[in-house]
Amino acid sequence: MPLPTGETIGILTDNLRIRNSVLPISAKKAAGWAKSLDLPKGGETILYTGLMYQLIPYIAAMSKAQEKIEDSWLAGFIKIGRYLNKAINISAFMAVPSKNMRAAYNQILVDIVRLLRRAGVGFGYLYGEELYSGALVYDLGMDDVFEAHARKVYHLFKKYGVKKVITVDPHSTNMLKSVYPSFIKEYDLEVKSYLEVLAERNLEPENKLGMEVVIHDSCVYARAEGVLSEPRTLLAKAGIIVKEPADAGKFTFCCGGPAESLFPKKAAANAGKRVEQIKKAAKNGVTMCPVCFVNLQKAAGGEVFLKDISSYLAEAYCAKNSIV
Amino acid sequence: MLVNPDFVDEVKRSEEFNASACMNCGVCTAVCPMGIELLPRKLFRYVLLGIKDRVLENVETIYSCLLCRMCEANCPAKVRIAENVRTLRYYINKKVFKL
Ligand code: SF4
Ligand code: SF4
Repeated sequence: MPLPTGETIGILTDNLRIRNSVLPISAKKAAGWAKSLDLPKGGETILYTGLMYQLIPYIAAMSKAQEKIEDSWLAGFIKIGRYLNKAINISAFMAVPSKNMRAAYNQILVDIVRLLRRAGVGFGYLYGEELYSGALVYDLGMDDVFEAHARKVYHLFKKYGVKKVITVDPHSTNMLKSVYPSFIKEYDLEVKSYLEVLAERNLEPENKLGMEVVIHDSCVYARAEGVLSEPRTLLAKAGIIVKEPADAGKFTFCCGGPAESLFPKKAAANAGKRVEQIKKAAKNGVTMCPVCFVNLQKAAGGEVFLKDISSYLAEAYCAKNSIV
Repeated sequence: MLVNPDFVDEVKRSEEFNASACMNCGVCTAVCPMGIELLPRKLFRYVLLGIKDRVLENVETIYSCLLCRMCEANCPAKVRIAENVRTLRYYINKKVFKL
């Protein structure tokens, strides 16, 4: 049964409005990945995770719990009702993600920090105060709630004296770099994806990886932000032979993830089509978006071995086990 | 069939809604990963013609779009398809779902 679209959008929007995230998780869980990294809090340049890599394991756990009834992970909210969700944070009672998956997604953020440090970039982090970008609510066309949220995020950055933001995923990058300025007239933050920051620094690798990897571009990086050469340059320098699948680069084929919250079956079908294209090009693949990563990995079922780009890059550019 | 010539003004929030630039070539449909046949050309046309019922019959299609912009990257008329889809969602959220 498809979810009632209006009710679902209502719940996601309520969550953003009341709890600052479409799927609220505790500040401790959101910032836990940075525990032993000694990042300063705030500062002129900050790393903004946008909470995407932290949220995916929770969404995946919910969606697994719902699979039996072939519903979206949001069905649990729907059943209990939007009204109740306004009063109690229902997500706090929902499925618990696997430890391994959380550790793997947290490691992606740790690897991004290692890479930036290796490139000599100094930056802070907002820890538990960091806010989600609002991307999903923007996509669903809830512009009024989105705008209010975007202002909240902007004011938080201002409170900490932030001038430059380094982002880690395409959706948050697009929000902060291109969408926020169209809603907030006085917006003056300089925003770059960590891939752009790294590519500018001309890093030399510690190890050459010497393998073939198929690249899956994110639609948002490729078509909205023009981040196409950076991942290719970084991977090639790491000794990776970058293989292009059918529908690559500017014409990359969407992983289907954006349909996940309302139409999970359509999302899965799309991911299946993309996996077919990827596996024709090589057996190892690279993604650069947490939504692509989770969606394609689920569809790959062991046929293609996928990694987030940060994993390949850290392996090549960082000394083993380094955190500084 | 009820036709309402003011419908497009009700839907569009600014000149950003450029559905009228569409020349109905069908490239968008051919490249859409979701195989969406209606969007953008037919649905946008319904908006322009003011056939509100047809638009509202297709809510699922409007929310199924991935906003992936594969269609936009191939569109010869530079129709801002994803933004137009978001505009339709904004309208439906307010007018149909009362959000
Ligand atoms: S590709 Fe562009 S011009 Fe052609 S039908 Fe689609 S929206 Fe219209
Ligand atoms: S944005 Fe993507 S999913 Fe939506 S109509 Fe265009 S090609 Fe299809």
